Amino acid sequence: MAVADRAVVLAEAPAAAGERTKWARRLLRNRNVVIGGSVFLLLVLVALFANALSPYNPTRLYPGQRLKPPGLQNLLGTDEFGRDIASLVLHGSRVSLLVGCVTMVLTSLGGVVIGLIAGYYRRLDIVIMRVMDGLMAFPAILLAIALMAARGPGVWNVILSLSVVYLPRTAMLIRSTALSVRELDYVLAAQALGRSGFGIAFRHILPNCIGPLLVQGTFIFAYAVLAEAILGFLGVGVPPYVPSWGNVIASGKNVIREAFWVSLFPGLALTLSGLSLNLLGDGLRDVLDPRLRVQ
Amino acid sequence: MATYLLRRLLALVPVMLVVVTIVFFLIHLIPGDPVAVILGPEANAQQIEDARRELGLDRPLHEQLVRFYTRLLRGDLGRSYFLDRPVTQALWERTEPTLVLMAGGLFVAVLIGVPSGIVAGAYQGSWWDRGLMTLALLGVCVPGFWLSLNFIYLFSVRLGWLPVAGYASVFQDPVAALRHMLLPAVSLGFNQSALIARIARSCMIEVLRQDYIRTARAKGLAERSVIYLHAFRNALVPVVTVIGITMAILIGGAVVTEIVFNIPGLGRLIISAILRRDYPVVQGVVLVTAAAYMLINLVVDVVYAFIDPRIRYV
Repeated sequence: MAVADRAVVLAEAPAAAGERTKWARRLLRNRNVVIGGSVFLLLVLVALFANALSPYNPTRLYPGQRLKPPGLQNLLGTDEFGRDIASLVLHGSRVSLLVGCVTMVLTSLGGVVIGLIAGYYRRLDIVIMRVMDGLMAFPAILLAIALMAARGPGVWNVILSLSVVYLPRTAMLIRSTALSVRELDYVLAAQALGRSGFGIAFRHILPNCIGPLLVQGTFIFAYAVLAEAILGFLGVGVPPYVPSWGNVIASGKNVIREAFWVSLFPGLALTLSGLSLNLLGDGLRDVLDPRLRVQ
Repeated sequence: MATYLLRRLLALVPVMLVVVTIVFFLIHLIPGDPVAVILGPEANAQQIEDARRELGLDRPLHEQLVRFYTRLLRGDLGRSYFLDRPVTQALWERTEPTLVLMAGGLFVAVLIGVPSGIVAGAYQGSWWDRGLMTLALLGVCVPGFWLSLNFIYLFSVRLGWLPVAGYASVFQDPVAALRHMLLPAVSLGFNQSALIARIARSCMIEVLRQDYIRTARAKGLAERSVIYLHAFRNALVPVVTVIGITMAILIGGAVVTEIVFNIPGLGRLIISAILRRDYPVVQGVVLVTAAAYMLINLVVDVVYAFIDPRIRYV
């Protein structure tokens, strides 16, 4: 590295650190980010330490303890097989967060690649966008159900189906950002300097997409958690023996007359996760992408 | 307007082609031999071979795709293995409950969403605004199917006011139909009312900042007249689009609500078809709902262009 280049890097380092502190401060000043982020962090910790926190093994059946109301022995009661609801809810968070997180990562990666190619290479844009339009033409949950019908139950099949369903949303967002950024002077300058299209797309256009991508990722996380629960409830998601919020709510449906608590608590957990992610998404949008702010 | 409509209709053709192709490939996504999966472990080699020939799966892929397209153009969605009748007939029999449920859900969503959003927007920053928007946030986050279960527990099991589940045709017994449809429609519409309320509030705030509203206030009109005579009508224009989008979203929501309330509509048809591995029915329901979804979006765009002529020239 030349001396002059090293000097530029050294001068840029404190500036970048200062910029990061400024963004962190702005994020922490936003009430939605703080509340949503804290609740979400709590859910992540619960999922990570579910084994230690659970009073019982969530998959073990205790026929003598079936349909016990909430009490000292079983804080949130038991289901029709005598399984402890608190342990099921704690372990269920693992499936929900795993599905939400991996779906978010897959849709973000796929969306970035597809969106940048469509946004930068105009010839491919028409074909790619018609396919994306086609995928968006299905009601989201119905396409997920259809894909699950073909692939069969399983956590990874749920993730795959939801990634296919939500990928076009991210791809279209990245494409629209790329379309607006590619006409800016610095991109034209990079083109004039002879940089490759691939290099320009990933080095110069992608950094501008990070803000909208983060916001979109948060909402996709929320959609995926909810969709996983719906698929589980319908009996086409993760297998019934895997503790997931959707599966527990589905088993609660059969005993709603005798034991309302079976479906009540996993539903509350699901609502709480949706609330935290929506708050976080709203807050991130307000800070990172003020043009889209909801008044 | 005719040019705009034609342009929009032509734009639907490639999208529909993609949709049909995706639906066609659903059966090929089945791991292993699709025919063996469909017929189950008890089928013998001859039965598997016969079914493969009947489904056309013994032909090359491109030939199968062309055959699928041509059959669709003739309105033939195949035959249900389990119900032993054409898929189109099975779909037709289950359409009424789904349409009635969607209409009920939309009615509830608009009834709650529009006034809430307008009041919240008109009195921005007030306690009304905060309360309604907190409710709207909750409405967005509460899972509809879980809300349905809680409604069943409260209104049907505890209070005994309404039936737990089931369906009565609106054409045969309107009173029973209303009693059966009330809880499903409220559960389905509640989530969407939150979305409508948030957008209606945003639109109302935007409209109240316009110059003509300032003029109306400056000439001494009562605030009530400014809000309900001048701002309200203009704020409703973008809300019409949201209501249309809501209708499209309700198709997916109706599928889940039907399972909770045991309503014999398209949702229950697809789930029972999945459990029985009746793939022509799965393909049929997905295709018809996607077509309905696109049609609703088209109608919304055309209505919006009709209300706001600026859209036609974009």
